[in-house]
Amino acid sequence: MTVSISEFFRETANWAFLVIAVPTLYAGWRTVTSNNIVRAVLYLVVSLGGTAALFFMLGAEFVGWTVVLVYIGAVIILFLIGIMITRAPLGVEADLSHDRSVKAPAALLSTVMFGVVTWALLDAFSNEAIAPFDSTSTTELGLLIFDRFVIPFEVVSFVLLAALIGGIALARMDSEAPE
Amino acid sequence: MTIVQFLIVGTALFSLGLYGVITRKNAVLVLVSVELMLAAVNINMVTFDVYLGDTLHQGQIFSLFIIALAAAEVGIGIAIILMIYRNRQSADVDELNLMKG
Repeated sequence: MTVSISEFFRETANWAFLVIAVPTLYAGWRTVTSNNIVRAVLYLVVSLGGTAALFFMLGAEFVGWTVVLVYIGAVIILFLIGIMITRAPLGVEADLSHDRSVKAPAALLSTVMFGVVTWALLDAFSNEAIAPFDSTSTTELGLLIFDRFVIPFEVVSFVLLAALIGGIALARMDSEAPE
Repeated sequence: MTIVQFLIVGTALFSLGLYGVITRKNAVLVLVSVELMLAAVNINMVTFDVYLGDTLHQGQIFSLFIIALAAAEVGIGIAIILMIYRNRQSADVDELNLMKG
């Protein structure tokens, strides 16, 4: 590893990166450990907002705004509706996770995965620099989606349509099917 | 800025999502953890797209597709959880043991 710690802190963009990354990871941690179900979902908002901010740092502005609109705007609402419809314990501390016999192997597995992948990344890409805030043109991205990637785009649209119709059909179905 | 710092944040978020998928009891919270993993994959996609300077921007376009599919997955997932709740009066994944031998 050639990039030293002092060199990392000399660059101003890295401070901005830390200001975004630390809350993102903390919110991710609280999302999977919080015992209050609504708070867990609201911490997911913070985590996804941090992800969008990282996309802005990388210059992927269109993807960042899409995350804000689709995830924070729509998906979180769906989660909150799902929580309220299934009468989950709202506003109280509840037992939402498994006990230690499941938590310990899960923690071991995710720590080992994080360690191995991080080691591989540091080994392969430790000093590959990129320019911060070097933005990708949205015009270019739009032209590519509707030219080169138009068939995958249509397929994704169809999948979304089918999933939404299927979701409505499932949710409207009565528990006693008519004879 | 190096790309490895973004990739490590992505890996950490993915590991947290994996931990959540295994340890959570409530089915909605399992879906929430899956969303965390998908967000981590998006970070990876966009980082490599910017690093490689791809003229087709395939990483960013793929992450847009992943976002659309994640939205579809949540819609259908919540509908399925709703059906399960109607039939069994519970959204606890431990109680869904009908297929257990």
